[in-house]
Amino acid sequence: MTPPPFAFTFDGRLVRAEPGQSVAAALIAAGHRSWRHTRAEGRPRGVFCGIGVCFDCLVTINGTPNHRACLAEVRPGDVVSTQEGAGRDDLAC
Amino acid sequence: MTTSPAERPGTRYDIAVLGAGPAGLAAAVAAAGQGAGTVLIDAGARPGGQYWRHREGDEGALHHGWGHFRRLRRGLSAHGADYRPGHCVWHVERTEAGFTVHATREGSPRTVRAKAVIVATGAYDRQLPFPGWTTPGVFTAGAVQALLKGHGVPAGRRIAVAGTGPFLLPVAAGLAEAGVRVVGVFEAGLPTAFGRHPLATLRNLPKLAEGAGYLGTLLRHRVPYRTRTTVVAAHGTATVTGATVARLDQRWRIVPGSTREIDCDTVAVGYGFTPQTEIPLQLGCAMRRDADGSLVARVDARQRASVDGVYVAGEACGVGGAQLSAVEGELAGLHAAYATTGSAPDRRRLAGLLRRRAAQRSFAAALHRAYPVPDGWQTWLERDTTVCRCEEVTAGAIREAVDDLGATDPRAVKLYARPGMGLCQGRVCGYATTCLVARATGRRPTADDLRGMATRPIAHPLTLGALAAGDDSGGDDSGGG
Repeated sequence: MTPPPFAFTFDGRLVRAEPGQSVAAALIAAGHRSWRHTRAEGRPRGVFCGIGVCFDCLVTINGTPNHRACLAEVRPGDVVSTQEGAGRDDLAC
Repeated sequence: MTTSPAERPGTRYDIAVLGAGPAGLAAAVAAAGQGAGTVLIDAGARPGGQYWRHREGDEGALHHGWGHFRRLRRGLSAHGADYRPGHCVWHVERTEAGFTVHATREGSPRTVRAKAVIVATGAYDRQLPFPGWTTPGVFTAGAVQALLKGHGVPAGRRIAVAGTGPFLLPVAAGLAEAGVRVVGVFEAGLPTAFGRHPLATLRNLPKLAEGAGYLGTLLRHRVPYRTRTTVVAAHGTATVTGATVARLDQRWRIVPGSTREIDCDTVAVGYGFTPQTEIPLQLGCAMRRDADGSLVARVDARQRASVDGVYVAGEACGVGGAQLSAVEGELAGLHAAYATTGSAPDRRRLAGLLRRRAAQRSFAAALHRAYPVPDGWQTWLERDTTVCRCEEVTAGAIREAVDDLGATDPRAVKLYARPGMGLCQGRVCGYATTCLVARATGRRPTADDLRGMATRPIAHPLTLGALAAGDDSGGDDSGGG
């Protein structure tokens, strides 16, 4: 029997996911394309290589930045948020 | 697959196989079948690599050679090889007793010791930059394939597939069969040149039949297939809203007056493959520039690299597809088992493998000749076109590093302008940067140029915490399996 779908949040909105999906796959299935802004120019980025090579799809999951969304498996109740730059603005001086 | 009781920290294996795609699986099964203590280490959650990427519970409806995969998967447990998924290998160190493989699993350090290593790390899509390629909605062809095969998610609704090489066909066919509108397959090359290599063609009829099958699928779904045409620009800011397609001349310069706009929300691109060669480079293995322009490890008839105890199989010693990879993997596994345990391989089995390797390699060489990447793509770029996606370095900045700062090779350009200095460490822009610098300095790219963008002493980013924790001897390493 296939386990049932579940929900997580992306920038405060509920998103549905199938068990075993990556964060990236669930976000794309829900119509989202980008979840990071680049460090230098603030440009939107999402999945590019999809297999963990390019690091374009970095995202903040449950408060921790720099997860590769294409590799991280989404879990029920995850709090996913758009990553600004290196995701460590709290450390910037 | 289960984790055998033999797996505990401090175990020294005869053979560590790095990568669980076609080459690595075949290598691990062959080595374990000869009685060698074998561990198969992989970054993925399930075996199969990119070629046999699948969802949990998916039994291969979308895959070629699935029976082969199932046999290998069965062989892995039947012969008692240890299988360690979810391991990101960041460094392989040569020691007096052999090799120490340094990896992380969910951020925690994991080390594995072995007398010999078989590098089967595969390849990823090679990319050429073009205006708009950083817009969300431009994906590598492999990403679109991975989303569909690995997660059941189409990357978009109206997809243009562009680039060069036979891999574009299964990607487009898979999308069409999943009900996605494929607005066109834009093949920059003119693969009719393939007919000039009749011997290689004849030896590999099944592979050609596979290609013909994909073309049939495209025809059935009324997907246009255009040669010497590609996507030269993607439009939109937050997401792709369209693309510019152009006809190309023999050198891939845009034919004047041939550009047209197409309506699509997604672009999938790939210009061949870039092998993952971090480990052979870390170990000081001799490298060469292959016929397709990629940097690959040199291997001998036994798949041995130039460094004792290091074997390389699959794309990392020359891009040639899944079937060649599996043959090379099996050879590497047999020879490494013989070298570490003295268990001699069956001569007839070896002879058969050598014949198949020769046939597959001639086919791969013919493919490389049929799908060259001439440097006219550089004329598609504007000064402000991003080349390095991580550090946001433009084509203009790379040009200035050569013209104004006097850089003469990619390594110097990397130091002056920072292409390849970001998180991906030049994996994505390394090939393009190398070609741009070579042409700006009036020469052809060399293996040394490529090496300057491909050398990565630490193959994956890791936290200082993981580094400080050192190895995990004495720790619990029984997760997964």
